[in-house]
Amino acid sequence: MNEMLEIRNLHAAIDGKEILRGINLKVNKGEVHAIMGPNGSGKSTLAKVLAGHPAYEVTAGEVIYDGKNLLEMSPDERAREGVFMAFQYPVEVPGVSNAQFLRLAYNEKQKHLGQEELDPLEFKDLLKEKAALVEMDASFMARSVNEGFSGGEKKRNEILQMAVLDPKLSVLDETDSGLDIDALRIVAEGVNKLHDKDKAVIVVTHYQRLLNYIVPDFVHVLSAGRIVKEGGKELALELEEKGYDWLKNVKSEPPAIAGGQVVRA
Amino acid sequence: MGTAEILANREYKYGWVTDIESETIPRGLNEDTVRLISAKKHEPEWMLEFRLKAYRHWLTMKEPRNWPNIEFPEVDYQDIIYYSAPKQKAEKASLDEVDPELLRTFEKLGIPLAEQKQLAGVAVDAVFDSVSVATTYKEKLKKHGVIFCSFSEAVREHPELVRKYLGSVVPTNDNFFAALNSAVFSDGSFCFIPTGVRCPMELSTYFRINNSESGQFERTLIVAEEGAYVSYLEGCTAPQFDRNQLHAAVVELVALDDAEIKYSTVQNWYAGDETGKGGIYNFVTKRGKCAGRNSKISWTQVETGSAITWKYPSCILLGDNSIGEFYSVALTNHAQEADTGTKMIHLGKNTRSTIVSKGISAGHANNSYRGLVKVMPRAENARNYTQCDSMLIGSNCSANTFPYIEVMNDSSQVEHEASTSKISEEQLFYLMQRGISHEDAVSLIINGFCKDVFLQLPMEFAVEATRLLGLKLEGAVG
Repeated sequence: MNEMLEIRNLHAAIDGKEILRGINLKVNKGEVHAIMGPNGSGKSTLAKVLAGHPAYEVTAGEVIYDGKNLLEMSPDERAREGVFMAFQYPVEVPGVSNAQFLRLAYNEKQKHLGQEELDPLEFKDLLKEKAALVEMDASFMARSVNEGFSGGEKKRNEILQMAVLDPKLSVLDETDSGLDIDALRIVAEGVNKLHDKDKAVIVVTHYQRLLNYIVPDFVHVLSAGRIVKEGGKELALELEEKGYDWLKNVKSEPPAIAGGQVVRA
Repeated sequence: MGTAEILANREYKYGWVTDIESETIPRGLNEDTVRLISAKKHEPEWMLEFRLKAYRHWLTMKEPRNWPNIEFPEVDYQDIIYYSAPKQKAEKASLDEVDPELLRTFEKLGIPLAEQKQLAGVAVDAVFDSVSVATTYKEKLKKHGVIFCSFSEAVREHPELVRKYLGSVVPTNDNFFAALNSAVFSDGSFCFIPTGVRCPMELSTYFRINNSESGQFERTLIVAEEGAYVSYLEGCTAPQFDRNQLHAAVVELVALDDAEIKYSTVQNWYAGDETGKGGIYNFVTKRGKCAGRNSKISWTQVETGSAITWKYPSCILLGDNSIGEFYSVALTNHAQEADTGTKMIHLGKNTRSTIVSKGISAGHANNSYRGLVKVMPRAENARNYTQCDSMLIGSNCSANTFPYIEVMNDSSQVEHEASTSKISEEQLFYLMQRGISHEDAVSLIINGFCKDVFLQLPMEFAVEATRLLGLKLEGAVG
């Protein structure tokens, strides 16, 4: 089976206010999808709903992930099943070391998959190998999770977690925000190295620049909680040039899925 | 969003009762009760005098009801049994003669007393209701000159030491509960580390209240002579009863020149049910005196399990260059109340004190830190650093901080930092998004919050404390 994720007519609200108003999207293994759109269009909401953020209420629709009903799973179950979200604003956890946190997360997943758990020494070796991928210094492992990290360090730490947990579906929520050009390159290269034909990546971003490094197979443009335009990687360049304003006049298209294929704009 | 629901706590694991025949005296308290307790223990005249003096003073005193931030119903002091002891042979030459039911009780609590099963590196004095039932590793400690025995035995075998130090830190008239304890205390532990000896193992007392109607009034006295060092651990549990039980202990520590005493407590008395029914009233006076130069006393406590906690482990920094430390985690859930903290009294020159207090409040609980830092006129260059952090779980609980600072010397430095935080939905979601369960995520955040205190605990205690906090908070964060 080639299909990783299928979102059907997804509606979601926060505090009674509807943000997503009928999202349809299909993601196959090996694909990279970019979700773009102006501020407030629902991009980050889509990412959080996929990860199971408790503040959002799904009011209609369904999400099938790897043949299972994703919306029925708790956030931790989704994570153990291979769904990963890189946070736009990674959270600080004072007093808990990065290494301690990551080993706990790693072992939870291993346990879930019926695979061997690692003791602190074995895990240290694994962590060292993964940290090299995002050019992170070993000193970060003993520090409290994200506490006192710079914006760029926090984002690299997210990709380190992605590397350790080896997810099937990764959702990167505005991972490029607040990154300088060098950090952007390191983060993007990390994501690319982790990608393979059995995994899928959804990149949520406002700007095109991240997509120079992580090249999408498909670009979807969100406006007011619906996908209003879809295309290949060239659509991102078009948006970069024209901005989002011209899309305001585009009527939201009917569900852009026909016969299991994404309809190219 | 963000409303935390309070779900039922996991059942208290130590709530069972040992079925054992006990010798109890009639309930109630008067001078004859005091004489009877003293007679039962075959005490010398001076000990009886100590008790009577305390009792007579107690009659003139009142419970501390106005100033602490706790509320508790009238305690009927005539309705308490002041002495309850498991029936056993008068003199026990070895553990073989201890009632097997008692050994089983402590084994079930994770405190094996039989020689072949003893905890390596920890000597234990096991106190059951009013009496000490066994002390392990006594002979080994004796070789190093360390005395570690029940308080009753110390009164018999080492009267000169007991007489010299008993009441020297907490006088009989110190406060209502200390006076009550001084009058009726039945047993406890005595430790004496002679000059220059570094105690080769951790010393530990495990307190168990079994009888539903008896109070526990134990007395602990630890003396470290010049250059001596000891690390002492205290653990406690009680069965689950509907009625409240009174625990009024007194702990006195004395450190002479260059001596160091490290005192750690993991307290897990029965806290009562969700509505606040039952549980232990923990009114305890703990105080250490850094009597000598360069001496050091360190209190580390993890308080999780009383219906009411009223406790201020303190240091009197008399010797020049002496050091006092207080590291505390106090957790209250459901209807629990805690008013706890410390007093650091700086008397000597260059004395230093550190206070790190972590209060965690969940359910409808009420958690207060109350601390006094007092710098006396002679305490040149005294320093204090205080850090008080509170964490609230849910929106029906409360946390308070009452710092008292009295400085009478210009050359001293006193720092106070305080913070209040909540476990945020975002933190939990972040950890869960990485595959960590809700409960483990809460534990991880709480343990991170308490890290500075847990680092002070001996290894096994730190593991136990971590587990305990997770257990106590299960279901508290919705």
